[in-house]
Amino acid sequence: MSIILSLLLLQAPYALPGETAVDPYVADNRHAGAAPFEGDGMAKAFGGQDGIRRIVDRFVAINFADPVIGEIFANHDQVRLKRTLFEQFCFILNAGCSYTGRDMASAHKDLGVQKADMNRLVETLQRAMGEEGVSFQAQNRFLSKLAPMRRDVIEK
Amino acid sequence: MTYLRPLLLAALMLAALSPQQGMARPIRNGGKLLLTNGITSLEGASGGGLTPWAVIAGNETSDGIGLSAHGTLVEVKDYDYQSAGVAIGIRDRIELSYTHQDFNTNEIGAALGLGKDFAFSQDIFGAKVRLAGDLVYDRLPAIAVGVQYKNNNQGAIVRAVGAKSDKGVDYYASVSKLFLSRSILLSGTARLTKANQMGLLGFGGGKQAGHTLQFEGSAAWQLSRRIAIGGEYRRKPDNLNIAREDDWFDAFAAVAISRNVTATIAYADLGSIATVKKQRGVLFQLQTAF
Repeated sequence: MSIILSLLLLQAPYALPGETAVDPYVADNRHAGAAPFEGDGMAKAFGGQDGIRRIVDRFVAINFADPVIGEIFANHDQVRLKRTLFEQFCFILNAGCSYTGRDMASAHKDLGVQKADMNRLVETLQRAMGEEGVSFQAQNRFLSKLAPMRRDVIEK
Repeated sequence: MTYLRPLLLAALMLAALSPQQGMARPIRNGGKLLLTNGITSLEGASGGGLTPWAVIAGNETSDGIGLSAHGTLVEVKDYDYQSAGVAIGIRDRIELSYTHQDFNTNEIGAALGLGKDFAFSQDIFGAKVRLAGDLVYDRLPAIAVGVQYKNNNQGAIVRAVGAKSDKGVDYYASVSKLFLSRSILLSGTARLTKANQMGLLGFGGGKQAGHTLQFEGSAAWQLSRRIAIGGEYRRKPDNLNIAREDDWFDAFAAVAISRNVTATIAYADLGSIATVKKQRGVLFQLQTAF
């Protein structure tokens, strides 16, 4: 019993119930790809965890439906993507989460993301943040944390 | 032998257009973020209105080819100015531009003995290469170098006002960065030039015949995805004996009306031009880019 439980616990970071299994890895907040903001200003600007969850859900939905980058997402586990993106955003915005997803290079390996796709992604995120009422200045502050990740995201 | 030159040109074009990483990746045009191609400076290089930035014309990324075209009007106290031009951006790396400038002296033309509505004009061919960095994403700012070959169409007149030549080449280097965490863009340019009023009054003069080093800069604050406001400064040489030349300033607002159209309105202070002081007024530009 305890073996099964510990196995379950060990497995938890990779994939939660309802998510497709992924190859094992060690979870680490550094995989989020950026140090979190200090203080609670950015978390408030994004409406706390509730706001961040709405933004991520909307962001993922827009991306899956997008005529330009939708096909990059087409075969992805939407449930897992929403959870790990929420954790990543929440961690970076210092809204009280740990990030348990993979690092950016592993998560985007072989997706064939081009610079134009990355820019499109910025636009869909701007749309999702805008719909939640996040100010443009706070949006850009958040984007400044994500921008350096491009080198790990795009196809070399 | 007669085929050598076109063959060489074709080879160069193919080299520029072919994927640089050795992978067979199709050309993909478009894809820049709004406003990050800048507007078109008076001499045709993409950037701010008065000075180039280290950005490449067009909406393409490193995977494609972009085009832009612009028209600019400047109405200052005593003069009118128009310019229009086109530019091609290759893989967000190389920019080639052509711009034609017209500078109408209106009533001042008669006072200067040139005749009412006398217009100076020149053609400018520009090339710019982004050497390294990125305006938005990387830590390293975008760094570019460029040249502008200027050919004034009123050789006899510009020599009569004291210019040494009716042709000149400007050399410049620009460093530009959008600081996302503050929504602020800063850009600086160092230019080697012997141009009098960009070359509209010729090149070199009695006070200074050759190239001098001049500094130019822009600061912009992005208010929204579509709107940026800012100011610019351009230091100018002062080569001609008969007409003092002042540094230029402007304050501008640029609006991305759509993905392909950017409109800019600015208040510009161009100082003394062709002996007449306090030339202040409005700059208006429409740019379309693909």
